[in-house]
Formats: sequence, C-alpha cells, structure tokens
Amino acid sequence: SSWWSHVEMGPPDPILGVTEAYKRDTNSKKMNLGVGAYRDDNGKPYVLNCVRKAEAMIASKKMDKEYLPIGGLADFTRASAELALGENSEAFKSGRYVTVQGISGTGSLRIGANFLQRFFKASRDVYLPKPSWGNHTPIFRDAGMQLQAYRYYDPKTCSLDFSGAMDDISKIPEKSIILLHACAHNPTGVDPRQEQWKELAALVKKRNLLVYFDMAYQGFASGDINRDAWAVRHFIEQGINIVLSQSFAKNMGLYGERAGAFTVICSDADEAKRVESQLKILIRPMYSNPPVNGARIASLILNTPDLRKEWLTEVKGMADRIISMRTQLVSNLKKEGSSHNWQHITDQIGMFCFTGLKPEQVERLIKEFSVYMTKDGRISVAGVTSGNVGYLAHAIHQVTK
Amino acid sequence: AYRTDEGQPWVLPVVKKVEQMIANDNSLNHEYLPILGLPEFRANASRIALGDDSPAIKDKRVGSVQSLGGTGALRIGAEFLRRWYNGNNNTATPVYVSTPTWENHNSVFMDAGFKDIRTYHYWDAAKRGLDLQGLLNDLEKAPEFSIFILHACAHNPTGTDPTPEQWKQIAAVMKRRNLFPFFDSAYQGFASGSLEKDAWAVRYFVSEGFELFCAQSFSKNFGLYNERVGNLTVVGKDADNVQRVLSQMEKIVRTTWSNPPSQGARIVATTLASPQLFDEWYGNVKTMADRVLLMRSELRSRLEALGTPGTWNHITEQIGMFSFTGLNPKQVEYMVKEKHIYLMASGRINMCGLTTKNLDYVAKSIHEAVTKIQ
Repeated sequence: SSWWSHVEMGPPDPILGVTEAYKRDTNSKKMNLGVGAYRDDNGKPYVLNCVRKAEAMIASKKMDKEYLPIGGLADFTRASAELALGENSEAFKSGRYVTVQGISGTGSLRIGANFLQRFFKASRDVYLPKPSWGNHTPIFRDAGMQLQAYRYYDPKTCSLDFSGAMDDISKIPEKSIILLHACAHNPTGVDPRQEQWKELAALVKKRNLLVYFDMAYQGFASGDINRDAWAVRHFIEQGINIVLSQSFAKNMGLYGERAGAFTVICSDADEAKRVESQLKILIRPMYSNPPVNGARIASLILNTPDLRKEWLTEVKGMADRIISMRTQLVSNLKKEGSSHNWQHITDQIGMFCFTGLKPEQVERLIKEFSVYMTKDGRISVAGVTSGNVGYLAHAIHQVTK
Repeated sequence: AYRTDEGQPWVLPVVKKVEQMIANDNSLNHEYLPILGLPEFRANASRIALGDDSPAIKDKRVGSVQSLGGTGALRIGAEFLRRWYNGNNNTATPVYVSTPTWENHNSVFMDAGFKDIRTYHYWDAAKRGLDLQGLLNDLEKAPEFSIFILHACAHNPTGTDPTPEQWKQIAAVMKRRNLFPFFDSAYQGFASGSLEKDAWAVRYFVSEGFELFCAQSFSKNFGLYNERVGNLTVVGKDADNVQRVLSQMEKIVRTTWSNPPSQGARIVATTLASPQLFDEWYGNVKTMADRVLLMRSELRSRLEALGTPGTWNHITEQIGMFSFTGLNPKQVEYMVKEKHIYLMASGRINMCGLTTKNLDYVAKSIHEAVTKIQ
C-alpha cells in the first residue's frame, strides 16, 4: 500500500480548464479570452524590443552564474522601488524602505504574507476586495492568515461600489490588514478614481489599518507608469507605511522569468535594515536566493536611459492596444444593434474586463461560438484583436439580445 | 561554489553554448511555464536521478516538480509531507536531520510547519568517519513513520558518505520501521564524476520498493547557481498515487511561486535531451569533479610527506566540495588569523578553494596549526 492512498485529487484549476477546452476546440473562429498574458494584434505573445536588447547586452557581458544575495539583485530592487515610489519620493530618498526581490507577483505576495504572519501580531485578518484575484486567498491562507472581504464590485452597474466599500472599510477592526489593487483591478478592471483613492486613504489611516498594495500592472493599465502608481504614492505621502508587491510579468512581458519585488515602507532606515534581515530569514528556507535572469533584464531596462525610454513607449503601446480593443468592442456591439449599456467595458481598465455576462450566457458563448472565458464573465481583453473583435461583438450580442 | 584552478567561477562551456542557442531561437518567448514546470526538464531531471532504465519510470510511478533550486524542491516536499503524510496536517511527525547537516535543512522543515526536528548520529569526530552504529541505533529508536533527510552523496558538510554496504543496512532498518526517505541530492556527478555512482543510494532505495522524495539541485553540476534550477522527484507505489500527489503539490506551488523560472530549466532540458550536448556536459562535470579529486589527493600526499601528526586518509576518502579536516576551533583560529586561510570553525574546508598555486601553503599551514596548537 501507499503512503498516499488518502491523498485526494486536487480540484482542477478553473482558468487552466478554459485553456484546455479552447485547445481541444476545432472551430477556426475560436477565441481564448481566459489567457492572462498579453497578446499582440495577431494574437501572438509579444517579446518587448527593450527586453531583446537587454538580453543581447547581458549575453555580451559574459557574466558568471554565482548566487545572488538572498534579497536579490541590488540594482533591480533599488530600481523597482524607485519605479513604484517615484524618484522624488521622500521615503525612497531617505532610505526608509526595504525592497527584496521576489518570485514575480505571487512570490512577492507570499513573502509579504509570511512576514505579516510572523511579525504583525496585531491581527490575523486580511481584508480582500470582493472579488479579488483567485490566488490571493490561498496565498494568505497558506501563510497562516485569515481572509475577510470588503464590498468592491457592484454587479448592477459593473463598476465600483464606492459607498459599499467605504461603509465596509469603516467597520474593519483597527490594525487589520487591508489589501488594495494599485491599478487595473483583477478580475474586474474597476479602479477607484483619484478622488476616491483620497477618501480611501483618509479612511484607512483613520481606522489604523495596515495597507498591502498589490501592483501587478504598473504602466500596463493606463500606459503611464506614474499615473498607475498614483494611489501607492498618495498613500505613502499621507504617512501610511504600506507594504507592496510588484510584478514585472505583464508590464515587461517577463512572465516566465519571475521578476518581482516586495517592499516595506518603514519609519526609518534603521528599521528598514532590521526588517530586511527578517525577510532574508524567511526567504532562505523557501528557495535560498532568487533567479537572476528576469531581474537582470528588468534592472538593465530600468537603469539604462535609452532602454527605459523604449520600455515606456512599448508598455504604452500595449496599454493603448488594450484600450483600443475596449473601444472597438463597444462600437461593434452598437453596430450589432445591442441596446444594452456597455460603457463599463471602456470604463474598466487593464487586462481584464467583467462583462456582466451571466453563467448561462457564458456557456452559450463557449458552446455556440467557441468564445472561451471564465464562468464569472471575465474576459482578457489581451485576447481580443482587430481581426476577431467583430466576431466577439456578434457573439455577445447573440447571447444578450 | 566551484572554482577553477585560477580561483575563478566557471560557466560550463556547454552552458555557454546552449545559452547562445536559446538566445538565437526566435521561436522562444517568455511565456509562463506550467505550474509544475517545463515538461522536458522535469522528465529529464528525474531520469538523471533514477537512471534511464529505472523500473519506476517504466511503471510510470515517478512524478517531478520543477523547483527553485534544491532548496525549493526540499520546501515543496516538506510542505506536502506536513499536509499529507502520516495523517492530515500532522505537524508532530518527527523529522530527522544528520549531525551535522546543511543548516538550512532545519529551517526548511520548521517553516513548513514541522514541530519536532531531531538529529541522527552521523559524523564520528574521533575516527573522522561515519558513525554507522549510532546512525543505525537512531533509525531503530525513531518513532515509526519518522521522516529522514538523507544526503544522496557528498554529505554537506562532512564529505563523508555511507558505502553501498552501509546504505543497504540503512535501507533495511528504514524499511522494517516504516521510515520515510527524503533524499537531498545536490551534487550528482559533481561528487565522483559519475552520475550513476552518485545516485547509487537513491536508485537502491527505489529498487527496494520505497516510496521516496528526492530533492535535486542543478546548481553545482550545471554551474547554474543563480538560475535556481531544481527538481523534486517523487517515487510512488503506482501512477494513480503519484498523480494525486502531484495535483496537491501543484496547489502548494501555486501559492509559493505560481510557476518556476524558465531560463535555467531550458538550459538543462536542452542539454540533457541531446546526446551530443549530454556528452559535452558529462565532460564538463568530470572536469570539475576531477579537479576536486586531484586537490584532495595532492593535499593528502603533502600532509603525509610533511609528517603532519595524525592520519590524513579521510581527505581522499571524503567526497564532494567539502571536507571535515578534523582541525579543532583553536587550530582553525590559527589558520584564519595567522595564515589568512579561511575555513569554518567546524574544520570544514571548501576543496574548491584549493589550487595548484596554494596547495603547498595550505598544507604547510595545516602542518603548523596541528603541531603548534593542541
């Protein structure tokens, strides 16, 4: 007999299931709108030019493969912090922060979750927006935290339930942890406006909550890295010492290279040093030290003026294509004769869009039109091209008219 | 980390070649790998550990999880065991590590949630070798179902491995007492220069019908330290069990790093899958192993020629990167302060630090330390 007879089969990943079914489909018009990675207007993966250039530079330097420090590549972590906080940030200039390299967004979130579990004794409760990225819950749970929720998305309007959010947040016990998506909320695409962010900041400050920002789409949301980091920077300016996880998977297309960072804003540089030492103690028994390739590429791009400029143009290009697909989808739906209000498609931002479609409608889209998305009606706008946006509009109109 | 005879890091020639191939391949991109890793990497990595003709592979009862180095493989395995081994979420299952062991072993299993980490006898300082009897006694006394972390070869930090006969004895007790073998294999090929020899213990346990885990690192044998290339090999009773185990490991991976880094895995997969590149790699591995073996024999012969008090055969009997010289803390202090030779207080030296240029100086220094200081 086996040690593992009682081990249950893990539930199939819902998003993977979408891609599996898509692959099996023989319909030439099929569309995969579950994909969480950017695609160009031909539906192909896009390797950024600045990434290719950085890779060529790295290859020519003939560097060795010695272990990185536990906290990662210093040029990368410093540049990541500066990108998020802004070069003029007082917190950045004073050095009252620590940034460690993490395994993309997930790894950075997990380091943070483990750190809070060990050192934030005031509370075990992490408040997530409703809904949030599916992996947030198991990450915090596996780290030993408990999950709570605050209202966020209003399915009636397909936009932000701001009064609901403010109401729920005002009731969160002091010193709880609240997680906020910095921009391009996943899965809804619904972000607060700057005025609303100001109110949220004032409220969490009043409630004395620990703020955990997840920023996976800086630059990728609006096309402007400063605009997308506005909320993060505003909170810090208001004296809120946040913790932050960053991902370079989408905005640099470095998905499989796992480039990310976790930052703690501290009272002073001395506190930052002590926090850093504890983060290293957490990281070492997880994977010893992080992978170099993605961090080296990102570091070179951020720290080389020409490459950085090129990157900003390319990331704007990706964001603009997404925005243009949103616009075209709405105009095509109008052309189809749809009488519904599809404004939320262009109001929402980032890779994902909560269409408002119901499960039965989603099922019809899959079965009758080979248009694949998750049951909650979420589509990845990255999977839409000028070549298939008309078909998509047609299909959506058929199941909603 | 390995050093050349010039004292420099060494990027394996085959790695440089394969990296260039990857750079020139415009069909490649940076898309996410599957959660469990690059399929070609996983299969080849486990094949390296278990052997081309492994009956377990033939029976399809081997699973693999690409991990962030050997450490990452250990951590995924530990997290899985804590959740699913010996009951559900049984944090009380004793975990045994050798005395001494790589210090991170303790932390990996503690952070995975195990509450009872114990030691088993291993290094006999008096005879400068394996304390086999002590080890076997600990196996006999360990509670049933305890987990034992075994170094597959080139024990870190002592460099002292059980012989095949001794492994057989260890396996017999472990089988009788229902103890779980978790191998840490960080030096396959790097230790003796032979992949088969360095995997003998793991393969023997498999042939004896054990279900086991083997955490593999490709940091040293591929020199890919900072790319974090590792693999957790899972050997189970049958395909169905292994499938369910992997499905649960996938969930653990998803909340730890989502999916592993692609660059290093691609280099290893490309190399192992091509007969020609595989041979080149094997040659590179042998180059490293042979240099270390040479330094060992040269150091020993110098000490014996100098008439340094004590016996020095352990220098060549030990294997891998590290050697427990037998120097005591005071002698070590002398080495560091007076001779500027840096070694651990335990007397552990990194053989990779020896070169043809410094052998004489090191040997003379050890001679001085041993004769001047008791």
